[in-house]
Amino acid sequence: MEVIRQIVEKYDRRESSLIAMMQDIQKTEGYLPKEALVTVAKEVGVPLSRLYALATFYKAFSLTPRGRHTVHVCTGTACHVRGAEKLMDKLERDLGVKEGETTEDGRFTLEGVRCVGCCGLAPVVVVGENFHGKLSQKDLDKVLAKYE
Amino acid sequence: MSTKNYRTHVMVCAGTGCVSNTALDIKGALESEIKKRNLDDEVQVVVTGCQGFCERGPIAIVQPDDIFYQQLTVEDIPLLVEEHLLKGRPYKKCMYVPEAQEKPVPKLMDIDFFKHQMLVVLRNRGRMDPENIDEYIAFDGYLGLARALNEMTPDTITDEVERSGLRGRGGGGFPTGKKWRFAKDVESDVKYLICNADEGDPGAYMDRSILESDPHAVLEGMAIGAYAIGAQAGYIYVRDEYPLAVERIKNAIEQAKEYGLLGDDILGTGFNFDLHVVRGGGAFVCGEETALIASIEGQVGRPRTRPPFPAVKGLWGKPTNNNNVETWANVPIIIHRGADWFSSLGTEKSKGTKVFSLVGKINNSGLVEVPMGIPLREIIYGIGGGIPGGKKFKAVQSGGPSGGCIPEHLLDLPVDYEKLTEAGAIMGSGGLIVMDEETCMVNVALYFVTFLVDESCGKCVPCRVGLIRMKELLEKITSGEGEAGDIEALEALCDTIKKTALCGLGNTAPNPVLTTLRYFRHEYEAHIVDKKCPAGVCKPLITFNIDADKCIGCTACARACPVSCISGERKALHVIDQELCTKCGACKEACRFDAVSIA
Repeated sequence: MEVIRQIVEKYDRRESSLIAMMQDIQKTEGYLPKEALVTVAKEVGVPLSRLYALATFYKAFSLTPRGRHTVHVCTGTACHVRGAEKLMDKLERDLGVKEGETTEDGRFTLEGVRCVGCCGLAPVVVVGENFHGKLSQKDLDKVLAKYE
Repeated sequence: MSTKNYRTHVMVCAGTGCVSNTALDIKGALESEIKKRNLDDEVQVVVTGCQGFCERGPIAIVQPDDIFYQQLTVEDIPLLVEEHLLKGRPYKKCMYVPEAQEKPVPKLMDIDFFKHQMLVVLRNRGRMDPENIDEYIAFDGYLGLARALNEMTPDTITDEVERSGLRGRGGGGFPTGKKWRFAKDVESDVKYLICNADEGDPGAYMDRSILESDPHAVLEGMAIGAYAIGAQAGYIYVRDEYPLAVERIKNAIEQAKEYGLLGDDILGTGFNFDLHVVRGGGAFVCGEETALIASIEGQVGRPRTRPPFPAVKGLWGKPTNNNNVETWANVPIIIHRGADWFSSLGTEKSKGTKVFSLVGKINNSGLVEVPMGIPLREIIYGIGGGIPGGKKFKAVQSGGPSGGCIPEHLLDLPVDYEKLTEAGAIMGSGGLIVMDEETCMVNVALYFVTFLVDESCGKCVPCRVGLIRMKELLEKITSGEGEAGDIEALEALCDTIKKTALCGLGNTAPNPVLTTLRYFRHEYEAHIVDKKCPAGVCKPLITFNIDADKCIGCTACARACPVSCISGERKALHVIDQELCTKCGACKEACRFDAVSIA
């Protein structure tokens, strides 16, 4: 929990920086472990429920562990009209998970995301931090194969 | 800016679109090839922010020749460098060729996509390195701030902004000068400024692009606003999905502080203003200003009732003025060039320019800046180059989930706050999503309502419950279960939600349904009465069939089908088993002979 304490210190234990602390934890741990939230609540001096309220309100947070790679299917309007739904269908089918779930082998977590702001490349899938644009169903196998 | 004089600059676009399209590899290849040819004393490679023509990335422009290169690959670079940069013969292979034409258009300013635009907010796009404050200053950067601090008073600045006619570019269109005056006139020792960069509308990315390509314009605008209003600190609330924007804006703040343009005693005038960056947590409702303020305070982002307005009681209970990215980016040039110049652009009530993200079923996807008052047709056909694949235009969606769909017979509508509102849409933040004959308008309505159900904060009943009822009705219609009275029930829900929801998100949530009902009622009726989806989108109402005249028996569709429901021998007609078909569309995508059709 030393890492967590360092994150809390980085923001001077400020209550107004709770979201930033949680974003940092999400980044380093891949999700928000319960013990981490307990530590933050204690160190900052706020009730644990406050952290859970934030964790369940904002899209950036997850309370369960993530796969090694998060596959974000952009569901913005431009991607929607250019066939994002078909990409999501295929990924759900091929990975055997529903949107929001992680594959059993822990390789991928499948997520929908509200517009990643690359509408010129629609439809877009973001794996980790890599953007893949102008995709059709048949391109997806090649995209996924790049990630172990 | 380096003191060295280069004869040629290669401006490589490093907006998010191009970067995800290998722009940084192109930059590396250019640099090593230029070095290999011993041209590195004569030719400089510059990384710029988004140049707008995202569809054609990766992009590079060679200056001063003004030659536009597009869809570059690393393999193209050696020949391009040899031909153009060494021998002075522009390299045809990577030039832009308009749809359905054969001749390339070499010069940027001859390309339809660029030549009809008017750059005010995006004036620095593609011509400077956004990570270098010297380049911003070389293009008249911070002159507006200097003028404001040395020659003007808070009153004259506010007057100037009010006289310019600038209105909020984030959605509401409220006059910016008037908004500033509210916060300015409140007595308080502490006041705050906010830049709303929580660009949430799906299909809109102009704010991201401004932050990435010209971050100092936003900082300068905010510093001018802070002086006018009397604020000492400001917050830029950026979407967490925009890591590059966060990085560029933080870098710009550091540089501006070093130069004495932010922080204490700005330009030696005794004026202090400090800026902080806050990353959003990912919630559409945080674009609403009271929700955004709650989020900066570390709370759950739920709107509250107004009044009191943020100008009186905002961040931490202090008077606060909030404008969006594009609004702030307009301020420096208004102060520098004057209100008279700015108000000479645009229409009677909508002044200046607007940046739109022109996306969806359009040939030239990208970011475009046009004068207010330009007809939609000019944007879609003049700049956007029309609809791809010879398909028919159906509608253009303006204003995101709070906006509406504008049909073909209204395409000559001038882009103007009032005119768009009359048509049932809104200017919004500037997303223009083009839809063609293969887009189902009931599905689009369902798409937006689903989005809003997910994003509703849950505080007020009309939005929390009413939207779910609307979603259920739309799902019923798109799945073929619709019946008489459903449309009327939808209309009644729309009316109630519009009148009774707490905040802007709820008040405008019915717009996508109302405009599609207003202009595309026949599509709803086709779903309900004929049990047909005319656009061929809604799965329960369509079937996939293979055309006997076109099928050559190549087996591509059968191999692509995930449920193995297509049978047929090689070189013989293939047939789809309708019982097993899941309507995923993989066969249609796989067929190279256009033999799979939707009925």
